[in-house]
Amino acid sequence: MTPPRLALLDYDAGNLRSVSRALEVAGAQVEIVTSWDQVDAAPPAALVLPGQGHFRDCQEKLVARGLWPLCLDWLSRGRPFLGICVGYQLLFESSEEAPGTPGMGFYAGTVKKFKARRDVKVPHMGWDTLRFTQPVAPLWRGLPAEPSVYYAHSYYPAPADPALAAAVTDYGGVSFAAALADGPVAAVQFHPEKSQEVGLTILRNFVASLPPAAVQDV
Amino acid sequence: MLAKRIIPCLDVHAGRVVKGTRFLALRDAGDPVECALAYNDGGADELVFLDITASSDERRILLDVVERTAAACFMPLTVGGGVRTPDDVRALLNAGADKVSLNTAALANPSLIDECACAFGCQCIVVAIDAKRRTPTAAAENAADPGWEVFTHGGRRPAGRDALAWAQEVAERGAGEILLTSMDADGTKAGYDLPLTAKVAGSVKIPVIASGGAGELKHLADVLTQGRADAVLAASIFHFGEHTIASVKNFLQAQGIPVRRTVGVAAAA
Repeated sequence: MTPPRLALLDYDAGNLRSVSRALEVAGAQVEIVTSWDQVDAAPPAALVLPGQGHFRDCQEKLVARGLWPLCLDWLSRGRPFLGICVGYQLLFESSEEAPGTPGMGFYAGTVKKFKARRDVKVPHMGWDTLRFTQPVAPLWRGLPAEPSVYYAHSYYPAPADPALAAAVTDYGGVSFAAALADGPVAAVQFHPEKSQEVGLTILRNFVASLPPAAVQDV
Repeated sequence: MLAKRIIPCLDVHAGRVVKGTRFLALRDAGDPVECALAYNDGGADELVFLDITASSDERRILLDVVERTAAACFMPLTVGGGVRTPDDVRALLNAGADKVSLNTAALANPSLIDECACAFGCQCIVVAIDAKRRTPTAAAENAADPGWEVFTHGGRRPAGRDALAWAQEVAERGAGEILLTSMDADGTKAGYDLPLTAKVAGSVKIPVIASGGAGELKHLADVLTQGRADAVLAASIFHFGEHTIASVKNFLQAQGIPVRRTVGVAAAA
């Protein structure tokens, strides 16, 4: 059986090597994609949207490369999607990091900034625990309760519908939506590609939820 | 709960680890990738490569080491040493580093921090500060609390800046984290500089990694509690086989310090 083929969107927003390599270890074939045409020419089993840096910068680069409407089209057709870090935040309507810059608005809600105070350092940097709010979500298969994952962020999505959160992490006085699982859409604020075995397990679970390549290539 | 991080540091010269790593029982203890894998398996929370290489030829070798490490190790990797320009930062990030540490170049041109934080995100910009306690002088203003001076070139050259003020400035300019080394404590194995670490950690809202002086487990616990550090960097305490990551974490956990445990992950590699 051929491993599912994933399209990893390359829009010059951080290094893709770690994500790409981790997805391969998780059992996927990874194609680095820079245009909508590439996706149409050989439709992948899933789209993966990574993202590092500034919300506005990521938004502008996706728009400039024509990948923004691709994401919206893909999501609206209910196709499998994985968003990581800013790639998760962009699914919402806006961000406190970039007032005036629209997100995709695929989900109602905004992206907020942690309030730094004594002993609440921002960025939220390091290993923190997930509390599963959807314990049966396929993403969490095989994981122990409250596993640790690696974070490096100052902003977090606040979905208007809190039930979207598949797991939360408590930091700075909030329980933020660490991950979202909504049918074919999965998105995480932490870095699975940097979260050692826990992260690889989550990626394996995502890949395992996809149809093998042989099926779509027919 | 956010865990206090335990971060081994490897000094790399011309693509080779130069400090001892005897305990790891590796085929090639000088290979940074093998060392990184051993720390990855041992439960380290992050890794730091400190490049002590001079020539640009050897920079290429470092990038190759970073690439090979990132391909094999799914854990956060910070690389520092000799980083001068945004292009240097970009090259390291593209090779697979998650964070890049600036030091001398940021002191010479502080706007480098703003520029890099803006271009790559503050979460991947670490500023390393090497601080040394000032000698009290007769001058009235510093007789009681002389404070700490920032040094460059391995503690030989004063930068003409106060460590506390510099820490606040780098945080304001967009650094995501401070790697704070006490030049007084470094190499003594007599413990971290707790007053320095506590002052810096208490005066900035970004995480502070304490470095220099670890000799026994109690030192790590002290700097994470009294010193208010968010993470500890340690080199020789691990390299010479005195302690493992697991023994350090067992000790800290027994002191009530939150650490990340890797036991209980069902899936095997």
